[in-house]
Amino acid sequence: MELLDHLLLGLQTAATLSNLLYCFIGVFLGTAIGVLPGLGPTATIAMLLPVTFVLPPVTALIMLAGIYYGSQYGGSTTSILVNLPGEAASVITTLDGYQMAKQGRAGAALAASAIGSFFAGTVATFLIAAFGPPLAAAALQFGPAEFFSLMVLGLVASVVLAQGSLLHAIGMVVLGLLLGLIGADVNSGTQRFTFGIYELADGIGFVTVAMGMFGLGEIIRNLENEAERSVMLTKITGLWPTREDFRRMIAPILRGTAIGSILGILPGSGSILGSFAAYAIEKKVSKNRAEFGKGAIEGVAAPESANNAGAQTSFIPLLTLGIPSNPVSALMVGAMIVHGIQPGPSVITEQPALFWGMIVSMWIGNLFLVVLNYPLIGMWVRLIMIPYHLLFPGILVFCAIGVFSLKNATFDVYLMAVFGIVGYVFSKLGCEPAPMLLAFILGPLMEEYLRRAMLLSRGNPWVFVQRPISATLLALAVLALGTVLIPAFSKTREVAFKEEIV
Amino acid sequence: MTRNPKDFWTGLIYIFFGASAIILARNYNMGTALRMGPAYFPTILGAVLAVIGAISVIRSFITPGMPIGAFGFSGLALVIFSVVVFGFLVRAAGLVVALPLLVIISAYASARFRWRTTLIMAVGLTIFCGLVFVKGLGIPLPIIGPWLGG
Repeated sequence: MELLDHLLLGLQTAATLSNLLYCFIGVFLGTAIGVLPGLGPTATIAMLLPVTFVLPPVTALIMLAGIYYGSQYGGSTTSILVNLPGEAASVITTLDGYQMAKQGRAGAALAASAIGSFFAGTVATFLIAAFGPPLAAAALQFGPAEFFSLMVLGLVASVVLAQGSLLHAIGMVVLGLLLGLIGADVNSGTQRFTFGIYELADGIGFVTVAMGMFGLGEIIRNLENEAERSVMLTKITGLWPTREDFRRMIAPILRGTAIGSILGILPGSGSILGSFAAYAIEKKVSKNRAEFGKGAIEGVAAPESANNAGAQTSFIPLLTLGIPSNPVSALMVGAMIVHGIQPGPSVITEQPALFWGMIVSMWIGNLFLVVLNYPLIGMWVRLIMIPYHLLFPGILVFCAIGVFSLKNATFDVYLMAVFGIVGYVFSKLGCEPAPMLLAFILGPLMEEYLRRAMLLSRGNPWVFVQRPISATLLALAVLALGTVLIPAFSKTREVAFKEEIV
Repeated sequence: MTRNPKDFWTGLIYIFFGASAIILARNYNMGTALRMGPAYFPTILGAVLAVIGAISVIRSFITPGMPIGAFGFSGLALVIFSVVVFGFLVRAAGLVVALPLLVIISAYASARFRWRTTLIMAVGLTIFCGLVFVKGLGIPLPIIGPWLGG
């Protein structure tokens, strides 16, 4: 069995002491930031990236991935116990999870979340292992035109799934692409948009943009509505679910895993869409639909499985195509480039230990998470009590030192401040920063593929629709944009994002 | 008057950046579709951005929308100022000056600012960062800068 050989190779890579340690640190930190409201995975990963540059690439990526899916776990804990979703993807869990906690069934809800997440994480890990290689093999046939169209599709998907006005989201993407072009042009060496500033010659660092827009921007936003966070802690009782609970959570977990896995692959969505869709579907098909919103265990099991499955499968486009599907994986693309790994379909064949090591580490990480979250629940609960005003100066310190350490330049510290202002202003105008960060990282790649495609086609712009795969990808992009314009869907989109906090 | 301030201002920002990109790109070589010069892609993007901005501005006079929420100027100013102060002082005066100032100035932005807890935080974070980042990870930041004779 080839798959088993691969997984064995992955196990050998992931199970070294230092990789296990960093995987543990990753999921531990991830859980912590998932629990702490007001600190998201994007800002955290941006903050920790400079630290990971001293690690070997596999170890660094294992840790970064751990932070991401760990944060999905932690976010659920706070949703259930105190009605505060730590992450956008766990907003939906508050509906039934908190109700269960109020009825004294917090233990059962946490168990449903942990079991569902672990099962979903396991399935998703195998999905990546099974579908990754053939997908990458198919992508190896891609020429520059296909890659260009693929990136268009990725950016369109991020636009469709962004909050707020569609037009503004497209604008953010174009602006992100433009900002990505700042610096020396690869072909001619021309300095573009640098205004003679020497520090801009290599372009703007993506960590600087991410820390500014997500880190600083978030802090400024949070300070604005620094409302009293009165945490009414319910007592955790009945840590073990009843047999009836178990019976009721099986089908929702299976359905949630399936929905989350499929939607997670879509670029731009990650885990958020999956959890909303899984809840909506469960509410339609469940026998106990009358209980939804009043503490139905299905309403916890389904979205929790879906968000964890989605968090994992969102690594499929990243690892096989080199296309990031959300801000977190965009940062990981950046991290790979820093480590000298060109993200794309060749990663599997050229760096098999990295690819399979990461996959196996995800499964190990999920195991860690069950251990971390379930017995240690009391510790995380205490973490929720840390007031924000004691937290954010520390975040700022890590951002400032982290961004300085990238190139040992104070210029980047000022640049981060500028992007903090930019991020805050755009959030006031209702423009989400996520599509812009994605575009920022893809900008130089897109230009390169566009150039090569045009060179190969002798300047014929129709090449993108004449090649079948490229045409299909572009058609999907048009279709995705079209669906937003259909009133029924755009209404669900609005509803889905209304309660979301980003 | 505009009926949708968010559309209006976002549109203006997009037009500004789109137009700037086109104008600045005129200094670079345009090339041809076959062999694109450094100006080609930015010019296309700038044009697209400017058009999106224009649509947004026009739309703002037609369809009404929500007003822009009040800006939290003090939070914005203090957080940004604290970061700039850090950048300005860290090389010259060192971590022992720049980091506590970053903590104190930014913490002041909170409505629940207390001198006691803030000072404890400032000292604790400075010691932690000095040990972990400078001593441990070897980031070349002076702990005591040249201004203080370090």
